[in-house]
Amino acid sequence: MYKIGVIGDYDSICGFSALGLNIYPVEGIDEAKDSLTRLAEGGYGIIYVTEQYLSQMQEEQDLYREKQLPAIIAIPSVRENLGMGRAALKRYVEQAVGSDIIFNEE
Amino acid sequence: MAQLNVNPTRMELTRLKKSLAVALRGHKLLKDKRDELMRQFLDIVREAKVLRENTEKKLKAANQSFAIAGSVLQREVIDSALLLPKQEVTLEVGERNIMSVDIPVFKTTTRATAEGDMFSYGYAYTGGDLDDAISALSDVSADMLKLAELEKAAGMLAGEIERTRRRVNALEYVMIPDYQDTIKYITMKLDESERSNITRLMKIKDMMVAERIEASK
Repeated sequence: MYKIGVIGDYDSICGFSALGLNIYPVEGIDEAKDSLTRLAEGGYGIIYVTEQYLSQMQEEQDLYREKQLPAIIAIPSVRENLGMGRAALKRYVEQAVGSDIIFNEE
Repeated sequence: MAQLNVNPTRMELTRLKKSLAVALRGHKLLKDKRDELMRQFLDIVREAKVLRENTEKKLKAANQSFAIAGSVLQREVIDSALLLPKQEVTLEVGERNIMSVDIPVFKTTTRATAEGDMFSYGYAYTGGDLDDAISALSDVSADMLKLAELEKAAGMLAGEIERTRRRVNALEYVMIPDYQDTIKYITMKLDESERSNITRLMKIKDMMVAERIEASK
């Protein structure tokens, strides 16, 4: 049995607590990194992280990418949408195919 | 012409021929694996792309509702309204095997106190905006779950495809040509020593015949 965690600034993620997800409000990138590591090792199956933190956590993200769990997924924050989810998919396509054949259409 | 560092013997030749057969078979299998992985991967990525766009749109709408709720209500009111969630979500993780890559399959079970009642607060102190925001988030949560599954699968498959492609290339462009070259080299070497043996025998025979003729004179 696994849990679902949400990491980000409080304003972006407070709503998820009403859905029954465990929220971990953080301020600052170091705190976010700590939380991510703790959650990843602590029985969390999915960890949603707001983009402005995830964009600074490339190493941590790569560490868990090939493992089955946890899935670390970008969600947009209240303020802005950096398009990181798209960028991640684009990177996967480039890694697998050698060049981007999905996202260059538009 | 790159060849392996082996002794040109008949035994080595048999061994190499066996290895070549294995390498060829492995190459074919890995190529099939790569093609199938690629097909599955592209399907997943296309699906994930559409889902990602929809989910972000919905999340944006939910965030906007929250912003409106936040502008009407005091922050403390929202905090205390959300303080004690009524439902609890746990995640079950299954497995789906795509070409020996174990992709997680997520399924949530929600434990709520009452069916369809996810609002963790009385309606007295909060406005309808907060209700809207939370039900919007609730709608998008299923999509987010599916998205997590797809993006995880895409990441794992991408890694596996890259590894498989390296193996296919290593077999196709390094190992198999090396084996073929070495086999050719050994065959030529063996043929050469066979020929030199024959010439030597012919020469010796000539010498013996000449000796006989000399002796019988």
